[in-house]
Amino acid sequence: MFARIVFNIVQVIVVMLFAPLLAGTVSRLKEIVQSKHGPSIFQPYRDIWKLFHKREYISEQSSWIFRFTPIIVFVTPIFVALLIPVLTSYPLFFAFMGDMLGGGFILALGGFFATLAAVDTGNPYGPMGASRTRLVGFLAEPVFMIVFFTVSFVAGSTIPYIVQQRWVNPISNFFEPTHILVMLAFYMLILAEGGRIPVDNPSGHFELAMIDESKALEYSGSAAALMKWGGEMKFFILICIFLNVLVTPWGLARTISVGQLAFAIPLVLAKVFLFVLTLVAVECSLAKLRLFRISEFLGAAFVISVAAMIAWVFAV
Amino acid sequence: MTYSTQSATILTQLNALAGAFFLLSTFGMVATRQVQGCLRFFVLQSLFLASSAVLLGLHPLSWHLIGVGIINFINKPIIIPWLLRRTISEEVYKRREITQALNIPISLLIALGLTISAYYLAAPLLQVGAGLPALVNLPIGVATLLLGAYILTVRREAVPQLLGLLAMENGAFFSSIAIAPELHLFVELVVAFDVLIAVFVIGVLTRAIHENIGTTNVGALATLREESTR
Repeated sequence: MFARIVFNIVQVIVVMLFAPLLAGTVSRLKEIVQSKHGPSIFQPYRDIWKLFHKREYISEQSSWIFRFTPIIVFVTPIFVALLIPVLTSYPLFFAFMGDMLGGGFILALGGFFATLAAVDTGNPYGPMGASRTRLVGFLAEPVFMIVFFTVSFVAGSTIPYIVQQRWVNPISNFFEPTHILVMLAFYMLILAEGGRIPVDNPSGHFELAMIDESKALEYSGSAAALMKWGGEMKFFILICIFLNVLVTPWGLARTISVGQLAFAIPLVLAKVFLFVLTLVAVECSLAKLRLFRISEFLGAAFVISVAAMIAWVFAV
Repeated sequence: MTYSTQSATILTQLNALAGAFFLLSTFGMVATRQVQGCLRFFVLQSLFLASSAVLLGLHPLSWHLIGVGIINFINKPIIIPWLLRRTISEEVYKRREITQALNIPISLLIALGLTISAYYLAAPLLQVGAGLPALVNLPIGVATLLLGAYILTVRREAVPQLLGLLAMENGAFFSSIAIAPELHLFVELVVAFDVLIAVFVIGVLTRAIHENIGTTNVGALATLREESTR
């Protein structure tokens, strides 16, 4: 019991510590592929450190939403990290507090407040980015729903710890068409929700073309640091759900022992690194879509997820 | 579980996977905007068709189905693109966007509806007593048949229309390898050549249209004009 609580906290700390490293690795690898020099992979840590030591300015016209949003954006991924399997393949202390839909709602809460805060100050670019994020969000929502429903229907449960055992037990389940299609749809969702390239350009600094970044433009100082860190953690969490629940539930700690937990950390990081390699390949070979083509991208994801559902409902 | 039944389950599983990708590449043909992308998805679709035939031929070992797979593998992914490249000029081939009667998200939704109705259409047929492979192949084949017809209807360009026709043929083939695996190899060869002739004829026709009116946007050819003086 006590060990499970401690392990759960360790899990959260791992997410907090390695999320900026993930962001740094992605941008560094992209710069290498594009023959640039690029900053070190530890640059996000330095950015966050620097921002925490700067003065914070808050517009007098803004309401409490603007002040509370960085905290909400920072805290929601931590709550989700309590619910999902990051390092262990057995449920930890808080695992039954919420299922995958609960996790989805908690993440959506952070996004909701970020959108409100972007509108709050009256900055001309904020509402534009916020409305675009909503556009992407409401197109991604049905895909999320159908992916989660299909996955929980197949596994007979919505708790991620139970779902992850379904795909590898026996191993031929891994090659089920439903599984492959769900994986594909969720990968496209990660690209959309994480603001990666076919949908949004994370390294672009042109305000008119921003989708995800422009929501945090008004923040400064420690609030900006929290927004940045929270966004990186959300991306890390999404990747953890993808890898540990849907794709490769291997390499996780199987028993309650400190050694296995310590060994699981590098294995999970290695899996995330492999994912990052595919992400870099996608980001460097595709161009950003025009705004109204995003509906086609997510429409394709929707079709794939529904095909996964059909493949399960009718073929078995 | 003995070894042979275990390998049979894995083969069925892989066949289902090939079926899923087959359906997915058909969706790709509906969703893509470019002629070349459409052709690539068609090639992928034919590859999955061929692999499904080979997978079905492996377990109750049937050289006949493997032969069908090989014919398809040579015919559709290799000869047909080559033939299209030869008959239809490069300009048409490189043309980027396809004009379409409905926009792509709506097309995708209609495609989904067609797929689900294909499963319902196939359900009474499956109750007659089809084998395990037909459970996967028949509905997907019917769905591809419908989607091919849809592509044929909604695209306004000659080459994608031809590809829609070929997708219909692929769909019919995909279900036939499961429900009628004992069809004579000679028939399959005849069908393969038939398809080639169709591609050739339509290719030449498209080329003639292109030379006469400078476009292959056949959707614009709505009125018949009589030229009495020549």
